Amino acid sequence: MILEDLELDLDVFQGPFDLLLALILREEVELAEVPIAEIIAAYVERAYDRGDLDLESASEFLVLIAALLEIKVRLLFPGELDEDDELSPEQAEAELMARLIEFRRFQGAARWLRERAEREPRIFRDTLAPLAPRPQPPVVEFSEDPWRLAACIERLLEPPPPIDVSSVRRPLVPVGRFLDHFRTILRERRAFQFDEAVAGLDRLSQAAAFLALLEMVKRGEVMSEQQEVFAPIRVVSAGAAAAERAIA
Amino acid sequence: MSELTRAVEALLFIASEPLSVRDLAELCDAPPERIERALDALGDRYCEPRSGIVLERVAGGHGFRAAADVAEVCARLVDRPPSRGLSQAALETLAIVAYLGPVSRPEIARIRGVASDSAVGGLIDRGLIEEAGRADSPGQPVTYATTISFRRTFGLEGDESLPALAEFELNEADHQALRARLHLVADQRAGQA
Repeated sequence: MILEDLELDLDVFQGPFDLLLALILREEVELAEVPIAEIIAAYVERAYDRGDLDLESASEFLVLIAALLEIKVRLLFPGELDEDDELSPEQAEAELMARLIEFRRFQGAARWLRERAEREPRIFRDTLAPLAPRPQPPVVEFSEDPWRLAACIERLLEPPPPIDVSSVRRPLVPVGRFLDHFRTILRERRAFQFDEAVAGLDRLSQAAAFLALLEMVKRGEVMSEQQEVFAPIRVVSAGAAAAERAIA
Repeated sequence: MSELTRAVEALLFIASEPLSVRDLAELCDAPPERIERALDALGDRYCEPRSGIVLERVAGGHGFRAAADVAEVCARLVDRPPSRGLSQAALETLAIVAYLGPVSRPEIARIRGVASDSAVGGLIDRGLIEEAGRADSPGQPVTYATTISFRRTFGLEGDESLPALAEFELNEADHQALRARLHLVADQRAGQA
């Protein structure tokens, strides 16, 4: 949320926040009259409405508000805050000396520790497994029955029954079977309808039968005829076909 | 050796932390006086230079450690011996925690004059200090105290056996030297400004 977007509606001022800031700095608005809490409330309300509060703008707002508050306090209580924050050079020196002296004592102690560790190096058992704590820690109470958990894991750990693969057959349709079949038919008849010959067979067998037909066409054993796409295929033995052509 | 002495010996051998007479008495189900006698017997047996293992009274209990003359060899076995290679910053921080603990990071930083976060982190990693609750001061910072490992590493029976902090008090000559340096730095700053 950008600070410039913050619109205020106060008794003493109505308008954008940054304009209010400018007016305060030019002393055209009396800061003592400006209710800072209402500005904060407006900001928080706006941030809440928008549902986002980016840290950068929030901290900028915080710094500005803090500065305004400090100026306002000084306006409202003139003189009361003017006590001397600054240390005199003598006080500063005394404070610094006191700190240094305190620090030097610990430096001395650090030296003592170093010398001791170097003079008498101590190596002792340092296992990763700590000792069992004493006294015993309180037992964590479970509302669930641990035996139920045990039963569940037992079920999970039980190996599943082996899968029976004996019923899965590898479909195998030899093309040769149809070659024999078609040749047998053609020994009795000159021609046959392919659809009738494969009627009632499954798709795979029909495909194998078709391959057998193509094979026979390739070898010149048969001729195949089809009036149009998807029309019934008529298979004629090569000898018969030659005879038909001769007649024609 | 009596059965009790052998039991105490075994307990001290397998323990990763020093065991107090009370611990041993409870574990062995024996009166403390008999434990003390067993410890005396073990102390005669495990002492320098007679043995490579030494029984010592440390960190509020009794524990075995390597004899000083073989510590160097033993240090090779340990990945990072807790007292080895401690920086000046770490030692100063350790001294502050040892004397003032439980003490918070801001307090340590105030005394040392610089932030001591990495020194504190390093000492925690080495197991020389640990978190010890929160301070009652504003922000309730986490406080740190030394560990049993610290007392063992530096052979301290308890915090009482640290020398009094007053022993490290500066003498008058040191004060003068410090003041002179302070003035010198101040004059240099003034000269620059």
